[in-house]
Amino acid sequence: MSAIPMKDGLNETKPVSFYDLDEHEHPDGGSTMLGFWMYLMSDCLIFAVLFAAYAVLGNSYAGGPSPKEIFELPLVAVNTAMLLFSSITYGFAMLSMEEGRQRVMQMWLVFTGLFGLAFLSIEMYEFATLIHEGAGPTRSAFLSSFFTLVGTHGLHVTMGLIWLVTLMVQVQKHGLIAANKRRLMCLSMFWHFLDVIWIGVFTFVYLMGTLR
Amino acid sequence: MNDTLLKTIFGRLTLESLPLHEPIVVATFAMVAIGGAGLVAALTYFKVWGYLWNQWFTSVDHKKIGIMYIILAIVMLLRGFSDAIMMRAQQAMAFNGSEGYLTAHHYDQVFTAHGVIMIFFVAMPLVTGLMNYVVPLQIGARDVSFPFLNNFSFWMTAAGAVIVMMSLFIGEFARTGWLAMPPLSGLAYSPDVGVDYYIWALQIAGIGTLLSGVNLVATIVKMRAPGMTMMKMPIFTWTSLCTNILIVAAFPVLTAVLAMLSLDRYIGTAFFTNDSGGNPMMYVNLIWIWGHPEVYILVLPAFGIFSEVTSTFSGKRLFGYSSMVYATLVITILAYLVWLHHFFTMGSGASVNSFFGITTMIISIPTGAKIFNWLFTMYKGRIRFELPMMWTIAFMVTFTIGGMTGVLLAVPPADFVLHNSLFLVAHFHNVIIGGTLFGMFAGINYWFPKAFGFKLNETWGKISFWCWVVGFYFAFMPLYVLGLMGVTRRMRYFDDPNLQIWFVIAAFGAALIAAGIGAFLMQIFVSIRNREKLADLTGDPWNGRTLEWATSSPPPEYNFAFTPIVHDLDAWYDMKERKAVRPVSGFKSIHMPSGTGTGVVLAGLSVAFGFAMIWYVWWLAGLALAGIFGTTIFHTFNYKRDYHIPVEDVIASEDARTRQLAIQGA
Amino acid sequence: MTVVTQLSRTKISARKWLVAMPLALLTSGCDWVVMSPAGDIAVQQRDLVLIATGLMLLIIVPVIFLTLFFAFRYRQANTAAKYEPNWDHSVGLELLIWGVPLLIIIALGALTWTSTHLLDPYRPLGRIKPDTPTLANNVPVGNLVDKQQLANGVGKPLEVQVVALDWKWLFIYPEYGIATVNELAAPVDRPIRFQMTSSSVMNAFYIPALAGMIYTMPGMQTTLNAVINKPGNYEGFSSNYSGAGFSGMRFRFHGVSDAGFDAWINQVKQRGGGLNRASYLQLEKPSEKVPVRYYNAVAPDMFKLVVEQCVQPGKVCMSQMMHGGKGGGDSHAGMAMPGVNGGKGPQASSERVEGALLKDADEKGSGQHWTAPADIKQDGANNAPGSVSNRNHTMLMPKKNGLSPSTMPGTRPVANG
Repeated sequence: MSAIPMKDGLNETKPVSFYDLDEHEHPDGGSTMLGFWMYLMSDCLIFAVLFAAYAVLGNSYAGGPSPKEIFELPLVAVNTAMLLFSSITYGFAMLSMEEGRQRVMQMWLVFTGLFGLAFLSIEMYEFATLIHEGAGPTRSAFLSSFFTLVGTHGLHVTMGLIWLVTLMVQVQKHGLIAANKRRLMCLSMFWHFLDVIWIGVFTFVYLMGTLR
Repeated sequence: MNDTLLKTIFGRLTLESLPLHEPIVVATFAMVAIGGAGLVAALTYFKVWGYLWNQWFTSVDHKKIGIMYIILAIVMLLRGFSDAIMMRAQQAMAFNGSEGYLTAHHYDQVFTAHGVIMIFFVAMPLVTGLMNYVVPLQIGARDVSFPFLNNFSFWMTAAGAVIVMMSLFIGEFARTGWLAMPPLSGLAYSPDVGVDYYIWALQIAGIGTLLSGVNLVATIVKMRAPGMTMMKMPIFTWTSLCTNILIVAAFPVLTAVLAMLSLDRYIGTAFFTNDSGGNPMMYVNLIWIWGHPEVYILVLPAFGIFSEVTSTFSGKRLFGYSSMVYATLVITILAYLVWLHHFFTMGSGASVNSFFGITTMIISIPTGAKIFNWLFTMYKGRIRFELPMMWTIAFMVTFTIGGMTGVLLAVPPADFVLHNSLFLVAHFHNVIIGGTLFGMFAGINYWFPKAFGFKLNETWGKISFWCWVVGFYFAFMPLYVLGLMGVTRRMRYFDDPNLQIWFVIAAFGAALIAAGIGAFLMQIFVSIRNREKLADLTGDPWNGRTLEWATSSPPPEYNFAFTPIVHDLDAWYDMKERKAVRPVSGFKSIHMPSGTGTGVVLAGLSVAFGFAMIWYVWWLAGLALAGIFGTTIFHTFNYKRDYHIPVEDVIASEDARTRQLAIQGA
Repeated sequence: MTVVTQLSRTKISARKWLVAMPLALLTSGCDWVVMSPAGDIAVQQRDLVLIATGLMLLIIVPVIFLTLFFAFRYRQANTAAKYEPNWDHSVGLELLIWGVPLLIIIALGALTWTSTHLLDPYRPLGRIKPDTPTLANNVPVGNLVDKQQLANGVGKPLEVQVVALDWKWLFIYPEYGIATVNELAAPVDRPIRFQMTSSSVMNAFYIPALAGMIYTMPGMQTTLNAVINKPGNYEGFSSNYSGAGFSGMRFRFHGVSDAGFDAWINQVKQRGGGLNRASYLQLEKPSEKVPVRYYNAVAPDMFKLVVEQCVQPGKVCMSQMMHGGKGGGDSHAGMAMPGVNGGKGPQASSERVEGALLKDADEKGSGQHWTAPADIKQDGANNAPGSVSNRNHTMLMPKKNGLSPSTMPGTRPVANG
């Protein structure tokens, strides 16, 4: 140790080291979770802006349809269930990961993907119906903000699915190594984050829209 | 080939899009093309492409990335300043029925491009570059948290700059003012490519900025040297932390609002349109919710630099460190509560206006506290008037004036008569030049020896300093006066001949600033030529106080062979005081991230994507987007992202430093 | 002042300029219109600028002085000065540097709160001059005057409806049934209430001598109350950039006596034509540096139609298609945000600009490099109503057989300017 005697206020002498001579390698990705969390928060802000836009424009119907006329609550309820189920199955996948059971985990991930796909399909069906009825995003400011908010969420789910498939391939290839576990944790945060956003969308857009 | 096929292939890109009928642009293009060709030829002749690619473009070393940011900023400064000169010349001559030499379509592009370039591609890269270079060194780290992301961030910023530069020669830039307010920037009133260039340049650069913000926050939170508690962090690291938190919390708003504007333009949605229920006022609100924190993103790092410089060159501990930290935090939070002061005149109620006016004034309290802290750092010091200190004193005087006019503009009824006037223009140049830019010059002069191992030439530095400072006052004090004469901004010609004299003085000031920029370039050139004479072998040319001065200049790739342990706020000064001995043996191999070209590839694809979207070349846009996804996924399959610097290499470079220090008698 | 005007009338050579410069700078003080306005509102705003500046100078001057003084006193060469390298804290000083600015900001904040409310542009005037109340029955100066009182009292304001067009100003006087373009007149010492809107993009209505500026926005209505106290010929303009013709978007504002105002009204009535939907739509098209124009008869609901964006026959007004939207009216623009701008319904969608992705290949147009000199001397408007080129604010195009650039990729403005 490059220690030198040092005098502090009490006139005691004790060695002080100025260099960490016995440094251990920092584990890889020590700040990944923090970084990813910050990314999620910034993403959350994008959604906040879209929610704000919906709040401002949500009753500018411009002579077009109002939420009551176009939202099919049962369909959206099924959709919500799909996304919530996918979160649960992802949770199971993470539990299996902790236990190191790769094949079980992969199976849960497949379920997650399928639920996610179902969610997207229902959403796409809803969008297609609306556009077909003439209630597309260009019809009024209300519909613009609705399609953008819900569509952005859908886009995130799509990204999540691509990521999920990529990760499954990587796990298959390299097994449950530390890097893959870290990635699975990130995707887990991302996936649950999308769930939380969707609950906001469901409440704020669909429920309050039909109740209004 | 029929027209439809051509349009499918080229979108709206035609031969008409080239500025063949515009002599100024053609001449510029010729110069840029010849210069560029010459540069490429020289690089090829001297066979440095491989070196550049391996050692710089693909490097994930935070120091090299920081330097590349600053080079980008200096190049873009030349472009942005050319725009400024063009504006000053136009306004100085467009009197007595003359419309000057610029048409509305050209002039309106010039002032838009000036604003966009100076903020996004000069000030931001300067700030990010300095933070990138200095922060890891100051906290005793070997690199940032996410080295690849850092490289990617830089290239995305560069890609944004490339797109802006393209607009000069292919098509044109926005003619909307730097914030592209709808409905003017909507498809209905700006149907051509200008606003699309604006949107895609900012979106692509914005991704880079956001990621580098995340990166630096994680770095500062997670990678500080042992012993460096939050309240022992150097003040520049503190301001960087707050800046990057602001970036992470502000840029998503810009991304979202620009995305909505582009949806209006590309899909035909009705967010900000006049009809179908759109609301342009929402854009104004949202863009300023990003825009005001952006102001502090630019100025906080400069505050940090001034703190370091004042303390170092006064040979004294920083006065009121903790009040400095709290002031920074208060500014960070308040930055989000003042956005409406940018549009008091939009007709909000008196209570809303006065709320935002008063919150704005409150910001001046912590800012004032900072000024006083610098003042009392100088008090009972031994001030060395090296260049960084000169810039600091110029800042303290100039920024105080800018702050005063800023508080004045925060009084809503006063703002009603001064808003959008040249008074406002003078005010924000007063704080951005007097604050950010002076700070960056102080920082460049201060840390240049650290980055390159030799000091910058002082004579040319002083010429540059005086030209800038005097030029600034000549250029902007007349604008204050003109604002009080009721002259509004963004005017292309004037009726009242009495105004002309003031514009001539302002143009003279701009010419002085041009000389200042020239002298700055000369300073770098002369310093490189005399680098032997200016060399600093100690690694600590200014008798510094923080950790970046503890290592060699330039620092080795790994920054510190042994991570320093921090006991005091001024960690390096403390080490010198207590005669800490630099270890000369026992080195180990060092684990470092390895370089990758993925960032360059992704940024290149992003340029292609942006260009295709701007020109409606849908097939290319799809292809580029697929390429971006493909490259990203491909990149994630690469698990070997690091390597170890062999212990022999570490020993070799550390022994060299030991010998060097021995010669110095240190 | 005379020197300056003489100088301005003659063509000045560069050498003469150098001689005249200091003189011009000294004497041009009286041109600082923001500092020497002629309307009571602007005067109060000017006073506020001065008071706030004075308050801040209390701290700015010592700071600048101390900066320079400390820099000089504690320079390295001056070894006589005290040097305390470890002195970095003093509770007293810290209290002072936070406390003094705080006190000043408290004073300034209080001033801001009251003055912002007193000088709220939406607020009916409390007085027309520093010492004269608006109403005969002596409402105390500074007290909020009730709208009702104003309506039936003596100081009934002159109503002026302002429409910012591209790039000219339309002023409608509903009381007199007249309208003007780029010329405004008002009797001295009579309150004026401007109701403002815009036809296409945002502008700001600003007469520095009269009062501070307020934005004019399409589909919305803003208000400004003001009064002019001195007769004169003042400058007015748009102070928010609005496109290619922005620099020429100026008008004159005449402060005149009551008799002069009547004469002006008569003049407008005699010289003008009528302003109806058709002539408004003609006027609305982009044009630059438009000379003064008079209209002696104005369709009664003209301004309302403009605000509700339904001047074009067949368009549904915003208030008539309030499908759940909230009212427009003359509430504060910032507060009536949602729904104030309700859109135009099905008919409108046919002429809305289509998003780029929805365009067919041949509709993409051409992204021309339009910096070639445009012929701005002509009236750049396109005759075909609803033509896209009328709406392109980034470019003023000369008439070319009524075709817009997007349909005629080969056109380029004639360079004769």
